Amino acid sequence: MAVKALKHYQFPAADTQDKFHGNQLVYVGWDKHLFFCAPFAFCLPPNTRFGDLCDKVLPQAFSAHPEWSQVDLSKAVWKKSGQPWQPDMNKTLAELGIGHKEALRFETPGLNGIQGSCS
Amino acid sequence: MDMQATKKKLGLKEKYAHMTRGLDWETTYQSMDKVFPQAAFEGIKIHDWDKWEDPFRLTMDAYWKYQAEKERKLYAVLDAFAQNNGHLGVTDARYINALKLFLTGISPLEYVAHRGFAAAGRNFPGVGPRVACLMQSLDEVRHAQTQIHALSNYNKHYNGFHDFKHMIERVWYLSVPKSFFDDAFSAGPFEWMIAIGFSFEYVLTNLLFVPFMSGAAYNGDMGTVTVGFSAQSDEARHMTLGLECIKFMLEQDPDNLPIVQKWIDKWAWRGTRVLTLVGMMMDYMLPKRVMSWKEAWEIYFEQNGGALFNDLARYGIKVPECLSQAAIDKEHISHQAWATFYQYSGAADFHTWMPTDEEMDWLSAKYPNTFDKYYRPRFTHWREEAEKGNRFYNSTLPMLCQVCQIPMLFTEPDDPTQICYRESEYQGEKYHTCSDGCKHIFDNEPDKYIQAWLPVHQIYQGNCFPEGTDPTAEGFNPLAEVLKWYHVEHGRDNLDFEGSEDQKNFAAWRGMATKNV
Repeated sequence: MAVKALKHYQFPAADTQDKFHGNQLVYVGWDKHLFFCAPFAFCLPPNTRFGDLCDKVLPQAFSAHPEWSQVDLSKAVWKKSGQPWQPDMNKTLAELGIGHKEALRFETPGLNGIQGSCS
Repeated sequence: MDMQATKKKLGLKEKYAHMTRGLDWETTYQSMDKVFPQAAFEGIKIHDWDKWEDPFRLTMDAYWKYQAEKERKLYAVLDAFAQNNGHLGVTDARYINALKLFLTGISPLEYVAHRGFAAAGRNFPGVGPRVACLMQSLDEVRHAQTQIHALSNYNKHYNGFHDFKHMIERVWYLSVPKSFFDDAFSAGPFEWMIAIGFSFEYVLTNLLFVPFMSGAAYNGDMGTVTVGFSAQSDEARHMTLGLECIKFMLEQDPDNLPIVQKWIDKWAWRGTRVLTLVGMMMDYMLPKRVMSWKEAWEIYFEQNGGALFNDLARYGIKVPECLSQAAIDKEHISHQAWATFYQYSGAADFHTWMPTDEEMDWLSAKYPNTFDKYYRPRFTHWREEAEKGNRFYNSTLPMLCQVCQIPMLFTEPDDPTQICYRESEYQGEKYHTCSDGCKHIFDNEPDKYIQAWLPVHQIYQGNCFPEGTDPTAEGFNPLAEVLKWYHVEHGRDNLDFEGSEDQKNFAAWRGMATKNV
């Protein structure tokens, strides 16, 4: 619905991809691991290999969790925009159709957080 | 000879009538529509502004008299508090962090409320509401000033009180209350009245003021308690104004109902989300607790708010749907929020800590359905790690909700182990929200929320570093530069309470006051 306003109401979106200096935003959350209070926001070049995201970027963010050492991201169960999805580790974000501000989630079956509390 | 004495004083009712009616005139050089350009665009229809009734019948002369008296009393107490080192009488220096949150997150809102009510007063064509808005506008600026004055005593001794004015424009979690008021202020005057006058000042105000002011009383902070008392009679008047306003709108024209209902739905949810910060304060930041967040929600929202909505049912107003989620969230949000501030304590203007065993037992008694099951294992783990010298600080930026701007920390209504993701698409761009309530608000007015100044995205765009910073320079540390831009001094204002300057100073000063050293 349009905003009710005194004048024509149209303003640019604050976070379009052109404002990120050649990068894009990608969000990644580890399901059932609320140790990390919210999914992470990463700012990456669209030609980042998905394998590099998993091997270089995500460990920095998630390694404080005691279960991280048991995680094999190639076996993780992924979702993209809430829908089941299978990544190809050798393809780039752009090739995988991961657009700006895409939300990805992964599950690691068998790992249920600290004392099984999903923390 | 008997003289017929003239009646010198007008009765309250007459005085109110003289001082709030017939003060203006029909303009002729310009049309009334041009003089009051904001009166109609929101779609609210008003046929007779004189039907506005202020139950307090307060006039300006009486207003000045009451307020002056309250100011005199307040400042006498504040002076005594300062002269007697009242800050050393609080339960525990951890409490002072609740005051930092109040000063940086709430006091600036009082100031915006002052501006907003002044604007609403200017824009309503009716004299009754204009006078009422004028008084509320003055109240709000008074509240901002008295809070700042009261808390400036703490600024002499503790960190984190030094630059609230600068921080409200910049710091990530302060964008939550700031964007709430920006959203209301950028709407028309009628929506402002529902957003702030009704939803915030009537439905939710007790959940904000009672926790902070009772928290101050329970924790030995007489200065802040007195600020609360000084504001209390104003707050009662604000609640009445909010309620009068909604009834007035609904009685004036049946077409107003769907518009008002939509605003209530929106602002009840917006307010509930903002109050997450208060819930966290109540359950974790007060060394001596008043009541749990869940209990406060049940008393002040479910019982009192329920009675209010029963009263409004005769106008056709329904309880906002999104509040059924709030009834589930009351068991979780304070723990989820504290977990968030604990891990992002590196970027906050106050200290955080893990609860002691005794405090965890209190939490499990207050939250028997959730605390031990979902939160105690996490908090115990963090505490043990901190004891091993491995205190957990999260340094990767979180994903934020496009509407409430809180990190996406809330869980699914039917699954407290799963983060709640909601997604919308608008003009080819993706937008993420934390709940059905926030998604609904976004989808109703996407043009408004696509402009949101989301702190995380702004940092990644490079807009949150001090001027002249070169992000391409070798050794560039983005988080350190963001803290400088916030005016948060690393190692002093932020991080854990344990080992902080505040903790050491308080212990040393209180020691001097109570022991022979």
